[in-house]
Amino acid sequence: MGNKMNKLTNKKRLVSIILAGVLLLGGCGAKEVSNTEDTVAEDQFSEEIVIGFSQLGAESDWRTANTQSMKDTFTSDKGYRLIVEDGQQQQSNQIMAIRKFIQQEVDYIVLAPVTETGWDTVLQEAKDAGIPVIIVDRQVDVSDESLFTCWIGSDFSLEGKKAAEWLHQFAVAKDIPESDIHIANIQGTIGASAQIGRTEGLQEGAKKYGWDLLAEVPGEFTQAKGKEVMESLLKEYPQINVVYCENDNEALGAIEAIESAGKTVGSDILQGEIMVMSFDAVTKNIMRCIMRNKITFDAGCNPHHGPRVEAQIQLLEAGKVPDMFSYVEERIYSYDATVPSLEVDNNSYSVTVVTSKTLEEFK
Amino acid sequence: MMKKIKNMSDTNMLLTITIVIFFAMYIGAILFLGEGFLKPQTFLSILNANAALIITSCGMSIVMITGGIDISVGGVVALVSMCSAVYLDQKGGSIGGAILISLAIGLAFGIVQGYLVAYLDIQPFIVSLAGMFFARGMTTIVNNKPFNVANEAFVKLKDTRVIVPGLGSYNRLGKYIDAYVEIGVVVALIIVVLLFVLLRWGKLGRHFYAVGGNQQSALMLGINVKRTKFLSHLLCSLLAGIGGFVYFLHVGSGSPSHAMGMEMNAIASSIIGGTMLTGGVGNIIGTLFGVLSLSTIQNIVSSAGFDEAWWTGITIAAMLCLFLVIQSVVMARKKKALAKQ
Repeated sequence: MGNKMNKLTNKKRLVSIILAGVLLLGGCGAKEVSNTEDTVAEDQFSEEIVIGFSQLGAESDWRTANTQSMKDTFTSDKGYRLIVEDGQQQQSNQIMAIRKFIQQEVDYIVLAPVTETGWDTVLQEAKDAGIPVIIVDRQVDVSDESLFTCWIGSDFSLEGKKAAEWLHQFAVAKDIPESDIHIANIQGTIGASAQIGRTEGLQEGAKKYGWDLLAEVPGEFTQAKGKEVMESLLKEYPQINVVYCENDNEALGAIEAIESAGKTVGSDILQGEIMVMSFDAVTKNIMRCIMRNKITFDAGCNPHHGPRVEAQIQLLEAGKVPDMFSYVEERIYSYDATVPSLEVDNNSYSVTVVTSKTLEEFK
Repeated sequence: MMKKIKNMSDTNMLLTITIVIFFAMYIGAILFLGEGFLKPQTFLSILNANAALIITSCGMSIVMITGGIDISVGGVVALVSMCSAVYLDQKGGSIGGAILISLAIGLAFGIVQGYLVAYLDIQPFIVSLAGMFFARGMTTIVNNKPFNVANEAFVKLKDTRVIVPGLGSYNRLGKYIDAYVEIGVVVALIIVVLLFVLLRWGKLGRHFYAVGGNQQSALMLGINVKRTKFLSHLLCSLLAGIGGFVYFLHVGSGSPSHAMGMEMNAIASSIIGGTMLTGGVGNIIGTLFGVLSLSTIQNIVSSAGFDEAWWTGITIAAMLCLFLVIQSVVMARKKKALAKQ
């Protein structure tokens, strides 16, 4: 009997502790409510624009810079509220994030999709809810193009063409016979738009100019995989003198592998150096690599989508219709001015020689 | 008899704590983060996204109640969804066939792992660790690239919505949108009810608690400990197979990176739901609330502007700590009470 009593009081005590906790929580909540009510009232005055951004992940420096660009653009002092959701490379997470944005009734949804297919249903839901969807970076493959408002991103096939054209001009300037160019291609994640465009550029160039394209191996856009792939490539093909990496993380891995194999990276390929060509050029570290001629050519892939997305949103706010597809401007970086400018598809692009002054523009 | 009542009350007390904290959290989310959480569909979306986790966590709870652990469930889910995806998309299979494949994979893992744990007396952690590596490896062998399934019948089933009457809401265009759950949620809730009944009133359920609570006593009571352990692992893997198909039905794709870390989320959910790693204590309803708490906190953290994935990790860690502390306090109190007796 005594035991039972004891137990009862114990239980009572525990219940009262929990109740006290809940009350405390409730108390804090109540105080906060008046605050949020105030801000809600203010919001209605200032017409805050709420943007839900579903980013696919944080796998590379480029991606991090891309997310940061959105955060830097859509700040609260400009009257925006940005909600970012990290999809962690899973489409289901991104679909859930979009559904959440719809529930929260955001004004705009910005989507950086992890894959191209499988978006029809959720984009239809957004359309039904009257929320414009802006796609950035990779494209979506939907049955009805009215499911999204516009797309902003990089022209990956142009990047690939720029690289191929540069290599050709470089060979001409240095008097290197085209057949003496032995290339290994470390590809990105197979199927990604960046991989497709950049690989095509190289393949077309190799066909057109008669380069010796030794191997094409996926390096999944990561430094670790880039290194691993380069190590085995060096063993298999000792004659490699140009490495074409489809992003900078792979290039860093490849440089590591080349140097630990006792070879040198550089542009003097007739003297046994291995030349690294790469894409993205978003960090200061990479710029330093270009300055030291560790990476000789780097086609920039502009991650700063924020201002461009903002421009489209402002157009939409003003009731205008933005262009369905628009590309961000991208620069070309090189170690020296062997090739001062390129001509691709009848457009001329100047090559930026990386100096300590260029470095200052990067974080 | 007294002991049994005490055990039950432990389970109930931990369950009460879980439910109270879940509601406190949800009310907090409504107060702090506002309207999104007030809409029933927000809650239903959490259910939709976590139906598979609910099912695998139930299996995990059963193994944990019996005193074991199974960290292969995430791998099994990935393998099941990859096999189903390949079967439906590339082999032109039927949905019924895919379900059979899912169940067969689950059963196969259950039989092998259960046999190794129960009859060869190998540590369940090691056995299921091997199971996890095997399942992940097999997934990559079956197909190493992620892809979406375009099979028409499947897409139709995937997009089937069970309308929940009366919970819809008007969007800002003034259009009424029905509230819905996916089929997976219905499956998950049926499984929760069945397992709840099994654990509370079934003979096998009582055996699970007895073996997990004290193997020696269970043996003396004439319970077939080996068979009970075997069945707990079998049930867990079978549920992982079902969960795998439900997961597949939700994501509609196959990928080697599917369900990464799901086993850890299942363990966390079980613990938050009041299941003890030491065995003998646990409740399926608690597990359901464990999953809901876990996913609600993830939802809250990202809605509050902490978008980086590691923030949710840190919050879950804090939450686990909180629950482990509460559990050990409860157990210490019980020990004290027993000592007095």
